[in-house]
Amino acid sequence: MTDHPADSVDPKLLEILVCPLTKTPLEYDAENQELISRAAKLAYPIRDGIPIMLPEEARRID
Amino acid sequence: MSESPIIFDRALVRRRRERALRLGPTTFLLDRVADDMAERLAAVTRRFDLALDLGTPTQALRLALARLPSIGTIVGTEPIASEAARQNAVAADEEALPFRDVSLDLVVSGLALQFVNDLPGVLIQIRRALKPDGLFVGALLGGETLTELRQSFAGAESEIEGGISPRVAPFADLRDLGGLLQRAGFALPVTDVDRITARYDSVFALMHDLRRMGATNALAARRRTMLRRDTLMRMAEIYAERFADPDGRLRATFEIVWVSGWTPHPDQQKPLKPGSAQARLADALGTREISAGEKTGRS
Repeated sequence: MTDHPADSVDPKLLEILVCPLTKTPLEYDAENQELISRAAKLAYPIRDGIPIMLPEEARRID
Repeated sequence: MSESPIIFDRALVRRRRERALRLGPTTFLLDRVADDMAERLAAVTRRFDLALDLGTPTQALRLALARLPSIGTIVGTEPIASEAARQNAVAADEEALPFRDVSLDLVVSGLALQFVNDLPGVLIQIRRALKPDGLFVGALLGGETLTELRQSFAGAESEIEGGISPRVAPFADLRDLGGLLQRAGFALPVTDVDRITARYDSVFALMHDLRRMGATNALAARRRTMLRRDTLMRMAEIYAERFADPDGRLRATFEIVWVSGWTPHPDQQKPLKPGSAQARLADALGTREISAGEKTGRS
């Protein structure tokens, strides 16, 4: 979309992503490079700038 | 998420695609799909600002679409984050899409959706993610695909092992797909078929290609034991007996089913209400109008 560092996610891409299980909005945790779904209690990792929207790869949160 | 039967082992489908990427994928089918898709989309007089490439195993489709001036940004899903991953990529499972409702203008998919368990559910998710007057165009492998391999395996297994196990995946039927599109809420659904006959020196060359397509058996009900060598050899014999051309090369059918549909929008063409015609059909045909109560032909 626009120029951005290779290992950060394009903000426009983040805008259209939701939790694949609940379809609810995600919170972007830039420091830990995670996308957090409060509804599903899952944190989806971002690896090398690629959001991993796979529930089995996500970290459970409380 | 749904009650569909589990036909495909989705995690295994992803691993097979990763292996194909490592092996250096065989791309003749995907290249053909990419060219066809670009041709189909070039004929559409509408701009698509944000497009999603859903699950296409290689870059072929994205590269072909990137050349079209009518398409803006292309986001792609990947089986998993890999070195081959590219910009605007998301690792996702086609069965659980991570895209916001009413966010996309175009969704395309090349040879991925034949491996989902719940195709109606996936189509509904695609329709919901599209904006009004958004377009979905998908190419998936149809029911006649690898019919020769399916028959040869069935023959060899029943002869040697006294029973058959699922070796080649079931594929969707063309007639089912049009109905599925409509049920998922798409307007103006269109389906058509492109049949390709590839020729191979041996059944092993075909199986090698399938591996490099990431298309080897990922059925949840597949046999977990190794394929027996005698069964494999008998299968190769049957294939050569029944499906060879005069020059000895073996035919393998690939059926590519194309589906497309639009998300409804008030400006789209739709059928008129019965009785709202402005001209008589009989006039257009230059014939005498026969009212519904009269019998034709006989008096």
